[in-house]
Amino acid sequence: MTVAETHRAIDAVWRIESPRLIAGLARIVRDVGTAEDLAQDALVAALEQWPRSGVPRNPGAWLMTIGKRRAIDLVRREQVLGRKLDTIGHQLEVEREEAAPDFDAALVDDIGDDLLRLVFTACHPVLSTDARVALTLRLLGGLRTDEIARAFLVPEATMAQRIVRAKRTLAEAHVPYEVPEATELGPRLASVLEVVYLVFNEGYAATAGDDWMRPALCEDALRMGRILAELVPREPEAHGLVALMEIQASRIRARTRPNGEPILLLDQDRGRWDHVLIRRGLAALRRAEQSGDGLGPYGLQAAIAACHARARRPEETDWARIASLYGALAEATPSPVVELNRAVAVGMARGPAAGLEIADALAAEGSLDGYHLLPSVRGDLLARLGRRDEARAELERAAAMTRNARERDLLLERAAAL
Amino acid sequence: MRFMLLLKATPDSEAGVMPGPELVAAMGRYNNELLQAGVLLAADGLRSSSRGARVRFSGEKRTVIDGPFTETKELIAGFWMIQAKSLEEAVEWARRCPAPMGEGVDAEIEVRQVFETADFPPDVLPPEDAAREDAMREELRRRSSS
Repeated sequence: MTVAETHRAIDAVWRIESPRLIAGLARIVRDVGTAEDLAQDALVAALEQWPRSGVPRNPGAWLMTIGKRRAIDLVRREQVLGRKLDTIGHQLEVEREEAAPDFDAALVDDIGDDLLRLVFTACHPVLSTDARVALTLRLLGGLRTDEIARAFLVPEATMAQRIVRAKRTLAEAHVPYEVPEATELGPRLASVLEVVYLVFNEGYAATAGDDWMRPALCEDALRMGRILAELVPREPEAHGLVALMEIQASRIRARTRPNGEPILLLDQDRGRWDHVLIRRGLAALRRAEQSGDGLGPYGLQAAIAACHARARRPEETDWARIASLYGALAEATPSPVVELNRAVAVGMARGPAAGLEIADALAAEGSLDGYHLLPSVRGDLLARLGRRDEARAELERAAAMTRNARERDLLLERAAAL
Repeated sequence: MRFMLLLKATPDSEAGVMPGPELVAAMGRYNNELLQAGVLLAADGLRSSSRGARVRFSGEKRTVIDGPFTETKELIAGFWMIQAKSLEEAVEWARRCPAPMGEGVDAEIEVRQVFETADFPPDVLPPEDAAREDAMREELRRRSSS
C-alpha cells in the first residue's frame, strides 16, 4: 500500500470508528470536547504508525487502546494536580476520591450505552438547533468540519466555530454525560430524532447543481437514524423515523425530470423508485407498529408514505387508509397543513364534496391565509364538483399567492382550461 | 454511495457444502455489526450454480443454459449491498468480514460501486418517460373526476 492509499484507508477507518471511539473516551473524561481531542490524538498516532506497520487487523480496538491510555493519563494528571491543591481542604480530598472515575468500568465495553450518551449529549437542549445538528453530524455521523460546512453552505471557519462553541457550552453548563432518566427520555429522544430528520430534509431539499455533500446528507441521516433505532429498539418513533426516511429517500431519483423540474408524487415513474429502500422502510414501519402502543407522528407519516409505496399504480392508492392516518396525525400533532392534506385524501377517498367540507372549514378558520395550497386544493375540489367559476377564481387566487413561477404557470393553465 | 460486496464461489460452495455452525455464527456477528453501523442495505447467500441457469443473448436468439458452470472463480456465492461514504470505506467493511468460506480457506470478495441516477447524463434517461408520466396524470385526473 502506498502512503496515500494508507491515508485513505485511515480516513475510512476514522469514518467507521470515530463515533464509538469518542463515545467510549467521553465516558472516561466526561467531556465530549476532550474525548474528541483524545480520539484525534489516537488518529495522529495511527497516521504515524500504520503507513509503516500496515493497518492493524482490528483498527478500532487499536485506536481505542491508544485513546484510553491517554485518557486515563489525563484523568490521573488532573487528580494529582487536584490533590496538591487540596492538601489543606481534607473534605475536598474525600469528595475527589468519591468522584474518581472507575477505570475498570471505563475499560468494560458497552458501546451501545456510550453511543447513546454521545447522541443525547450532542442533542442536549442547552444547545441551539444549529449547534445540535453540527455536533451530531460530527460526533455520530463521523463527518469532518469542512464536509459539514459544505453541506450547509457556510464557510468552514463558521462551522468550526459553531462546533467549538457547542462543545464549550456543554462544558460550561456541566451537562452530564449520560442517558436521560426514564421521565425525561421521551422529550429528549424527540429532540434527537428531530435533529436527524432536519439533516435528512436538508439533503432532500438539495437540488441539481448543488455540491454533492448536500444530497449526501440524506444518506448520513439514514445511517444515523438506523444506528439510533438499533440503540433504542423499543422506541417506536425511532423506527417510525427510519421508515419515513427510507420511503422518502426511495423516491429521490424519481422526483425530478432531467431538467431538474419536480415531479409530483402521483406523477412519478414508480419503476424508478428504489425498491431496496422501500422494503427497508416497510420493515422499519412493521417494527414501529410492533413496539409500543400506537404510532407516533413519525410512524404515522411513514404509514402514509407506505400507502403510496405499496400501490403499484397511482389508482391503487388506498386513500381511505391515508385519510384515516391523516386523521390520527391531526390528533397527535394538530396542524392546519396536516388538515389540508387530510382534505385532499378525503376528497380522493370519499369524493370532492367530503374533501371540500374540510377545506372550507380551514378557510373559515383563517390559519392558512396566504398559503397558496389552500385555494389550490379548494380549486381542484370545486372543479371536480363542476363549480367552474368558483374553481377558476380559487386557482387564480392560488397563482397570485405562490412565489414559484413554474407553479404559477401551472395554476393559471388549469384555471384557463376550466 | 452504494457498494456491492460480491463473494466469489469456491469448489466447496459450488459442491453445496453448507457452512459450519462457527462460520454461521461469525457471519451473524458480522452482519449485525453492519446493521448496528447503519450501513447494511441487503445481504444474501446464493445456492450453487447447479441450481441456476444462464440466459444467453445472441442477435434475436435467447438460449437457456442450465448449471452447473465450471469457472468457479467467476461465480458469485453471495452478496452484501452496503451504503458507504467512499470506496475505501466499503473496502474497510469488506476487510472486516470473517474468512467467508471458513478459517484457512482461500476466498475473495469483490467490491463494486453501484450506479446512482446522478451518474447518468440526462440524455441517457429514457425520453418517453415524460410522455408516460403525462398520460398517467391525465388518467388519474379522469378517474378522480368521474
